[in-house]
Amino acid sequence: KVRSNIHNVKSVFVFIYSDPRWYPARQSLTLDPKGKFLRDEEILQSLPVGTTATMYFKDLGPQLGWTTVFFAENIGPLLIYLLFYFRVPYIYSDRCAFTSSPHKVVTMACVCHTFHYLKRLIETIFVHRFSHGSMPLRTIVKNCLYYWGFSAWLAYYINHPLYTPPSYGEVQVHYAMVIFAICEMGNFSIHLSLSHLRGDRSRGRRFPVPSKNPFTWLFFFVSCPNHTYEVGTWVSFSIMTQCLPVAVFTVLGFIQMTVWAKGKHRAYVREFKDYPAVRVAIIPLIL
Amino acid sequence: MSAAAQGTSKAAHGDVAPKKKKGPGALATAYLVIYNVVMTAGWLVIAVGLVRAYVARGSYHGLYYSIEKPLKFFQTGALLEILHCAVGIVPSSVVLTGFQVLSRVFLTWAVTHSVREVQSEDSVLLFVTAWTVTEIIRYSFYTFSLLNHLPYLIKWARYTFFILLYPMGVTGELLTIYAALPYVQKTGLYSVTLPNKYNFSFDYYTFLILIMISYIPRKSIGRLHFPLQKSAIRKTGYTG
Repeated sequence: KVRSNIHNVKSVFVFIYSDPRWYPARQSLTLDPKGKFLRDEEILQSLPVGTTATMYFKDLGPQLGWTTVFFAENIGPLLIYLLFYFRVPYIYSDRCAFTSSPHKVVTMACVCHTFHYLKRLIETIFVHRFSHGSMPLRTIVKNCLYYWGFSAWLAYYINHPLYTPPSYGEVQVHYAMVIFAICEMGNFSIHLSLSHLRGDRSRGRRFPVPSKNPFTWLFFFVSCPNHTYEVGTWVSFSIMTQCLPVAVFTVLGFIQMTVWAKGKHRAYVREFKDYPAVRVAIIPLIL
Repeated sequence: MSAAAQGTSKAAHGDVAPKKKKGPGALATAYLVIYNVVMTAGWLVIAVGLVRAYVARGSYHGLYYSIEKPLKFFQTGALLEILHCAVGIVPSSVVLTGFQVLSRVFLTWAVTHSVREVQSEDSVLLFVTAWTVTEIIRYSFYTFSLLNHLPYLIKWARYTFFILLYPMGVTGELLTIYAALPYVQKTGLYSVTLPNKYNFSFDYYTFLILIMISYIPRKSIGRLHFPLQKSAIRKTGYTG
């Protein structure tokens, strides 16, 4: 049985036009000039065409794979924050160069922030299974500017010589750290769970469900607990540092992740008739 | 935050079916006509106020005070236009309209109103005059378009006067912000310094300088908007 798909067509395209610039990820093939692009996995036999098909080509511009994208987005904040923590010259006044803050919370914040981004880099390499896709260069530049810019902005204040530690002192910092740790473990558990789901294609497409790991029990209530935990991470970091720029970043992140979570939730509900009714997108019972 | 892995090249250019442009219903059209008529009238009031004040005083100086209230009222009222786009009764981009209106409102309140010392500057008269003429033409243009009876004169005026009015307005705005700088620096207006409980700082002086710099890309794009639109109209033969 012939199982040629769109990806095969794209590979042939590169061959025919002898132009390695137009690698498959950069091609958009549609059956209609203004129609939706055809997915790589679509089998040619299943297309609504006769014995011949006319396809329209569009150059999507330079593309980078998801792993590269995630790596770029996360290595920036990791390193940039450290520049501020170690008070590299020219950031703060000269006499503060390479000094360290007397406040313990500043060091703890650095540990947490660095851990967060190290975890993400490790997940990018070892855990996440990205679908066969990519992102245009301009979007990546925009995303990197956003993440890198914000990490510089919040790192500047936390590591500033005039930084003011949280109003409720050690208690505030310790409680925040506990929540931070819980959310990081939760987020990691969800990523592992999703990764296993993706790897286990043998049972057909299924939606994620709670497992023996207590952190995954959030799946009872939300479709995207990874985003829920991530919001929790940043809320706890805001409380830990009592820094307004961190709070701003948290709010913006929450808005963006809610948009993503709602989209994912809608997709799940559409695809699975037996999708649990009690689940909502990101905040249990609320959103 | 991790981006949801969106599957094959979905984040690329939106290959969606062309959006059907829904025109406003009868009720929305009536509302918009009223809105645009009111705005035209408002800016005419400002124009008349300026002329009368000039005739009465015999000089250009300090004319801002004679039209301060209607200027604030009608320029702030333009915020409704963002709502019109968001709701969909006007086929413009919310983001673009938002930027334009907020830029005007910012100059009206956060610069001219807030820094008393610049109110007697001639640069204020420069941008107020540019805005007044532009808005009178613009709102009457919209009024007539909604009634499907656009006199060629108005369309011609809009695209032609723009050539003079746009740089005039930009110059007036820039000079006004520039004039405000020393007072902002001296008084620390709208600024927050470290140390403070929420570990945050904001320097309005630097912010204003950044705004001035942002005029370069923002206004160059804006400067091209009408000539591009004009040639597009000419090419398609659309006569409105």
